[in-house]
Amino acid sequence: MTTAPRAEQPGLYYPKLPATWWLRRPAYVRFMLRELSSVFIAIFLVVFLIQIYRLGQGPEAYAAFLGTLRSPGWIAFHVVALAFALYHSITWFNLTAVVQVVRFGERQVPPRLVAAANYVLWVVVSLAILLFVLRG
Amino acid sequence: MSSRKTSEPFWWGLFSVGGVVAAFLVPVHLFLHALAAPLGWIPASPARMQALVGHPLVKVYLFVLIALPLYHWAHRFRFILEDVGLHALRTPIAVLCYGSAVVGTVLTLWVLLSI
Repeated sequence: MTTAPRAEQPGLYYPKLPATWWLRRPAYVRFMLRELSSVFIAIFLVVFLIQIYRLGQGPEAYAAFLGTLRSPGWIAFHVVALAFALYHSITWFNLTAVVQVVRFGERQVPPRLVAAANYVLWVVVSLAILLFVLRG
Repeated sequence: MSSRKTSEPFWWGLFSVGGVVAAFLVPVHLFLHALAAPLGWIPASPARMQALVGHPLVKVYLFVLIALPLYHWAHRFRFILEDVGLHALRTPIAVLCYGSAVVGTVLTLWVLLSI
């Protein structure tokens, strides 16, 4: 595909770009990777839902599903998915820190500080979940 | 067209909340359930996991964790498809993406309530 199909709706203009326009600049590639992270996150969540469903079917079904996830293909996929999930978190915290204006009295809290607070909260929440699942 | 325009903030709100949930909660759960548990790094016995999932508050938590980021995916994936040039299919793409997220929400609810 080289050109975008012409839009049918009047009043909407779409520039004709090749489907690979985002390969032109590193920033565009990073943008596309950020958007693509949602696909990997969604696939993991579906896998996770199936995992819970199999747990409901009994211990054997759950163990069998863990066996499936142990295959090299799934492990490789989830390593990549984890990298994308982390990329989403980092880009999300950096972005929301800029978008979300936090005020302290008269002064605006610098976005870097807001981002830092998000990172700290992220680490604390992750550790709490880790401990809860491991010990409960 | 007008109905789609007015529903935009609704989907964007779900996208935004889903993005927050995904940013804070998904990495640790992905590591735990998709890597550490299958590889045997953590004790994830079925009895222990069943006891966890059986708790009503955990179910509510899991619903938020699984369902909301689906809307985040739907919104982003919709615009990925548009950005690579599928503008002519704007409406069917939107219906398919958000529709998938709604189906995912119903399935999540069903799985969590039946366990």
